[in-house]
Amino acid sequence: MTVPSVGPRVDPSATPRVAAVPPVVAGAERPFVRFARDYLDSRFAVAALALLLILVALASVAPWIVPQNPYDLAQVDVMESRLPPGTKSPLGYTYWLGTDGSGRDLVSAMLYGLRISLLVGVLSGVIAMVIGASVGLLAAYVGGRTETLIMRLVDLQLSFPAILIALMLVAVLGKGVDKIIFALVTVQWAYYARTVRGAALVERGKDYVEAARCLGLSNARIVFKHILPNVLPPLIVVATVQAAHAIALEATLSFLGVGLPQTEPSLGLLISNGFEYMLSGKYWISFFPGLVLLLTIVTINLVGDRLRDVLNPRLQK
Amino acid sequence: MTAFILRRLMQSVGVVVVMSIIVFFGVHVVGDPIYMLINPQADQKDIEAAIRALGLDRPIWEQYGHFVMGALKGDLGRSFLFGESALKIILQRMPATVELALTAVLFAVVFGIPLGLYAGLYPDCRSGKLIMGSSIVGFSLPTFWVGLMLIMVFAVILGWLPSTGRGQTATYLGITSSVFTIDGLRHILLPAINLALLKISLVIRLTRAGTREAIHQDYIKFARAKGLSNRRVIGVHLLKNILIPVVTVLGLEFGNLVAFSVVTETIFAWPGMGKLLIGAIQSLDRPVIVAYLIMIVLMFVVINLVVDILYSILDPRVRLGEASA
Repeated sequence: MTVPSVGPRVDPSATPRVAAVPPVVAGAERPFVRFARDYLDSRFAVAALALLLILVALASVAPWIVPQNPYDLAQVDVMESRLPPGTKSPLGYTYWLGTDGSGRDLVSAMLYGLRISLLVGVLSGVIAMVIGASVGLLAAYVGGRTETLIMRLVDLQLSFPAILIALMLVAVLGKGVDKIIFALVTVQWAYYARTVRGAALVERGKDYVEAARCLGLSNARIVFKHILPNVLPPLIVVATVQAAHAIALEATLSFLGVGLPQTEPSLGLLISNGFEYMLSGKYWISFFPGLVLLLTIVTINLVGDRLRDVLNPRLQK
Repeated sequence: MTAFILRRLMQSVGVVVVMSIIVFFGVHVVGDPIYMLINPQADQKDIEAAIRALGLDRPIWEQYGHFVMGALKGDLGRSFLFGESALKIILQRMPATVELALTAVLFAVVFGIPLGLYAGLYPDCRSGKLIMGSSIVGFSLPTFWVGLMLIMVFAVILGWLPSTGRGQTATYLGITSSVFTIDGLRHILLPAINLALLKISLVIRLTRAGTREAIHQDYIKFARAKGLSNRRVIGVHLLKNILIPVVTVLGLEFGNLVAFSVVTETIFAWPGMGKLLIGAIQSLDRPVIVAYLIMIVLMFVVINLVVDILYSILDPRVRLGEASA
């Protein structure tokens, strides 16, 4: 969901506007094309992206491709619980990866769980990005007391581990999708704010900002139309890494039993539910959701790693 | 110097006060613990008596004032569930957590530094790249997932190590710990590795970066020009210089380890503070939640303070920067 849309959005940012105006060299490429080609240079990163896209696609179309709606109690039979992979269901389809402790078909439950995990991770990431980026831009552009206050707050928050703050918040707020998203946003905004402020500080001192000021453009216009596009590259990298973090954190909280409610299990909750059966050798209930979670997190991180390399101006020829 | 320490001390006290307010008021806005703790058949009179006994009938700011006065005397309230002092319950569980975290730090140093050194000295060779690759994977693996895999492989499939509990403890030199018995060691191995994994990756990266930077410095060239053996150049001159950031970060990360032990302790049923916290969150045992969070905040503030002060002693530039800012 996040990553595929990243490409086009980079378009204006990869090169400053000025450079795009005169088509000097015959072979000059649009920034996006160059960006895409750079990315495709690494086969490993392409494989990671492909895998991630497949996971996202599977999760998106889950309701139409899985044999069972795991949230519909009428379709779930407790008598069918903890069946090993490959067992035939009474309705004729096969439990390819077995069933979980409540009798849900594990493939169906996993894809639905992946949907929730991705949704929570991406949604909290986007909200945190909007808040963090705005605050970071504000701090860099306004400066003075506002900046000191904001950055003190960011430093204070970042001196505590994310999981502790998240635990504190869920202890205070209780369970629920909205509460988890709130906790994740609170945990993440500071990373965005710090990154954006750092990048924006550099941009603020550049000539094009000075020129925009001389033209008498409004502050809002300078910040959002001129500075923001130029701080997008680091922002995109942080967003990918944070998406992976958010998904892992949500899974951890759900695993600890203080995250999402039991009625709509995310991957973390499925793993947690299977944990009690693991010691008796029924490994699949925890193992397969864990594998999907792992693939999701690792592929996002690999994509993020590649994006960092591609978008880093110091590494561009 | 004294002024710097005093100022940092004041800041730290401010942080603790702010955090205690956030935590206390935050925790007291959620659900009503009285309905979770009292018999559902209890009549109104019993409920009122229980509310009074727990001090829940008074206004929230009065409860907070009571809490602060108590906190200054070392009393952080009584657990609703155990009926004992919350602080005492936490302190009882603390040794287990600290033991686990210290063992994890030990693992991080023992595995992380040599691997990082190797990756830094031979960055282009295949094993150097492999080490770095695995450290990236180590960073992205969720702790609880690794814990599950460790249990699955070593406890369920291979059956080599126990998967839950702390094992037998023994007292040696006045310290009671499970690392003094074979049974205890067998129990601590998996959770400690689980907890250490992230830190091993971190130490590998730090050591590698430090090595890569230091290897081109003049003092290394000079040591080589003096004709010192490779072992001495790397083991003494190089290692000493890259150890400073590694030790600082590990010091700072200790608090992080204690926080993350919440996850590890839950998986391995390790009877520490983290497991206590999760139980307290689930049963809305407010005094224990508040006491735990206050303790952790206090620990973080102290660690940050000590590191800052040590830094200002080791590196005068830090103090100057602070003074001019």
